Amino acid sequence: MENIKTDLINILKKYTLDKNVWNDFNDNSSIISDLKINSARIVDIVIDLEEKYDIEITDEELEKLTCFKDIVKLIDSKIN
Amino acid sequence: MSKRVVITGLGVISPIGNDIESFKLSMQKGISGIKYIKELADYNFASQIGGVPDINNSEYEKIFEKFELKDADLTVKYSVLAALQAWNDAKLELPDKFAENINENYGAVIGSCAGGAELYARKLYPLVNSKNIRKLGSQIIENLMHSGTTAVLSNIFALANQTISNSSACATGAESIIMASEKIKQSKASLFIAGSADPYSPYMWAGFDSMRLLARKFNDKPTQASRPLSASADGFVASAGAGMLIVEELNHALNRNAKIYAEIVGYEYNSGGQRNGGSMTASNPKRVIDCIKSALNNANISGKDIDLICGHLTGTKFDFQEVENWKTALNLNEKLPYINSLKSLLGHTIGAAGAIETIAAILQLQNNFIHPSINCEDLNENIKTIWNKNKIPQKLIKDINLNYIAKASFGFGDVNSCIILKKFN
Repeated sequence: MENIKTDLINILKKYTLDKNVWNDFNDNSSIISDLKINSARIVDIVIDLEEKYDIEITDEELEKLTCFKDIVKLIDSKIN
Repeated sequence: MSKRVVITGLGVISPIGNDIESFKLSMQKGISGIKYIKELADYNFASQIGGVPDINNSEYEKIFEKFELKDADLTVKYSVLAALQAWNDAKLELPDKFAENINENYGAVIGSCAGGAELYARKLYPLVNSKNIRKLGSQIIENLMHSGTTAVLSNIFALANQTISNSSACATGAESIIMASEKIKQSKASLFIAGSADPYSPYMWAGFDSMRLLARKFNDKPTQASRPLSASADGFVASAGAGMLIVEELNHALNRNAKIYAEIVGYEYNSGGQRNGGSMTASNPKRVIDCIKSALNNANISGKDIDLICGHLTGTKFDFQEVENWKTALNLNEKLPYINSLKSLLGHTIGAAGAIETIAAILQLQNNFIHPSINCEDLNENIKTIWNKNKIPQKLIKDINLNYIAKASFGFGDVNSCIILKKFN
């Protein structure tokens, strides 16, 4: 789980334009409202994750991803 | 009374310099930016040379990361680098991305000929053809759409006046400056970023190569390949880059103590209707002459006032016709002005040419020099009969007082643009 978190943080950092958002970051941080990532970039994050873990994330799963821990849980369920 | 328009900032990405100072030095030294390009040879181009700006450095990478441009097309990258230079040069403040302030009186007209052609070829088509649409990502449209560059600049500079993209082949850059000037003259804006860019693009250049318009006899002597006005000119040399200018209303510039490079006192653009000598690829001479005459009238001057012509002059069979058109339009038989071609140094940057060459004209006007028009030591015989060869400088002319420069660009589709620049005082 910790490895997934580290990987995910590295991916998300590519899309956070305001680096100060990481000061208050925690597992419940929302991707859009807390990390201030442009909502259009969610599809890029999904592409990065799919390539990294060789998984496929469906549109239904994508819709349910709002905060950091949601993504970690989803990836964990797909690779374990 | 209509407003006066001045230039207060310059930025350039080019094969002869990625900042104004080194660009100016290359102009003065008559340095060619044309090189052999192995990729073009690998693609089987007849013309295996070109001008390509070197933007591989860590400082630029940081800029691309900051503005989410890592996957952007070269057109966008060149434009952003040049626009940031121009913005800083004009001593304008970079807006905070997360603040609410917007610049309602500031706009942009940014053009290109090829636009995102390379991205279509290298990313969009391969991924769609292999049924990998999911992998295109969220930035493909903003990088491909023709207004992509303008959209990125609007984001960076919080531009909230008109933000538009223009395209008129090789006249694009001059046209963008004219469009911005018109807006300011009409009191509809105080400041515009105007300019244009074209990428290093084998996919775009291939069309010109196929038309046999590119120089193909100088692959082993690249620095001699771009030969405007020369008897041995054998076609133009494709090149890439961007030129960006801050076009500003005079009082707005004076109120903020801006450095003023030059004043735009006249301009015109028109088309030749692709009749009477005009075609998709050639200019209708009458309309070229009309365009130049109208720009002179607009500036309230006559042909004898022009000190230097910064020609379109590409190094093709059309150079003679262009020189003849200038002579008729200026209505001069003697005391001809100087004429030179920046393309002799960096080749033809296609849609970027009008903007980069206007920057070159402004630098000559401001710094009282005329750059050498290289590679025309064997002047075209026809040109020799109508223009004094001493007015086609082979060497740098220093300490010459220039008051008015005429810059023109012409393009496919029989389009013409002419700008009259005046030293500001």
